[in-house]
Amino acid sequence: MPEPAHHFQRSAHHFQHTPHPADPFADEPAVTDVQYDDAVDDDYEDGNALAGPLSELFAVDVVSAQGQCTGCGTTGPIAQLRVYGPGPGLVARCPVCGQVVLRVVRGTESAWLDLRGTVSLQFRLGADR
Amino acid sequence: MARAAVSGRLGERLRWRVATLVGQRVETPAARTLVLDVPGWPGHLAGQHVDLRLTAEDGYSTQRSYSIASAPDGASLELTVQRVSEGEVSPYLAQDLLDGDLLELRGPVGGWFVWRPEQSEPILLVAGGSGIVPLMAMIRARRQLGVTTPFRLLYSVRTPEDRMYVDELQAPDPGLEVTFLYTRQVPEDWPRFPSRITEKDMAAVAWPPSMLATSYICGPTAFVEYAADLLVELGQPPDRIRTERFGPTGD
Repeated sequence: MPEPAHHFQRSAHHFQHTPHPADPFADEPAVTDVQYDDAVDDDYEDGNALAGPLSELFAVDVVSAQGQCTGCGTTGPIAQLRVYGPGPGLVARCPVCGQVVLRVVRGTESAWLDLRGTVSLQFRLGADR
Repeated sequence: MARAAVSGRLGERLRWRVATLVGQRVETPAARTLVLDVPGWPGHLAGQHVDLRLTAEDGYSTQRSYSIASAPDGASLELTVQRVSEGEVSPYLAQDLLDGDLLELRGPVGGWFVWRPEQSEPILLVAGGSGIVPLMAMIRARRQLGVTTPFRLLYSVRTPEDRMYVDELQAPDPGLEVTFLYTRQVPEDWPRFPSRITEKDMAAVAWPPSMLATSYICGPTAFVEYAADLLVELGQPPDRIRTERFGPTGD
């Protein structure tokens, strides 16, 4: 029986998440090699796209937080990182040096957040405590 | 009010909601506005987006982010979706949906690419293609609240028929100046040849640096990078330029 036209259909070039059952970052070196070609590539979004996935993990908005990169020391809003993905996870790179500042992988029942490229995150909370 | 938390979800974990499609409007041959009813919608800030989750009958599921086009209005929410050929999701959203269909969404999210009504500085909005959508939400929120903050919009499109919201943008709105820019084909008797945005185009709309304006740029990644560079070359402080990129195609 043909499916109704208004049903979402899976296409050939789907993006499927197949996270490793254990820590997907476990086998990787602690320091990411920075290899980065600034000139040609525009196949990325920016950190604004992390707002939904990170809202599953944080009580406050992370994309407006100021993050500092371990690669070059630059500080700026998470919204301005260059985000590559979506599979097998979202990879957010420093727009200045290309260091991987943050990665997030969402599995079926867990999420993994890799912050090894982040020195710190500063959240503006206002004066009330 | 200065909290980083997004309105409506302080202390509440963001959850998926079910929205009902209650209306559709054709904006251009390739773009359609979806009018959604979202029970319990907490409201949003102009510039925020939602994530849509689509699930096929075999269980395959995928997500996309879409900017909110409407000003806050109770449980009603409008998204404008541009069809990207070869796209996995946008052809479905922009042509196959029927009124009454249900969609899963979560939001509002994003606390950085937003305009807040209490901002008193002049605003420059720069849109490339469907990058107009979150900027339109800012224009609509400004008008809804009756604030007089000066706004300028520079809207780059390929051809005149690619303009979204054209009647609304051409209607009088005191304090809003709209400039269209065409990259492939221009209207009859148009004084400018079709070309991508130039420094001259940007200089004509950029606020003087001394006014400490905030600029919002949204569009395909290459457009946003180029437009932001032009503003910096014109003396705008980089920390007063806010950008949102949706990749090479936007799907």
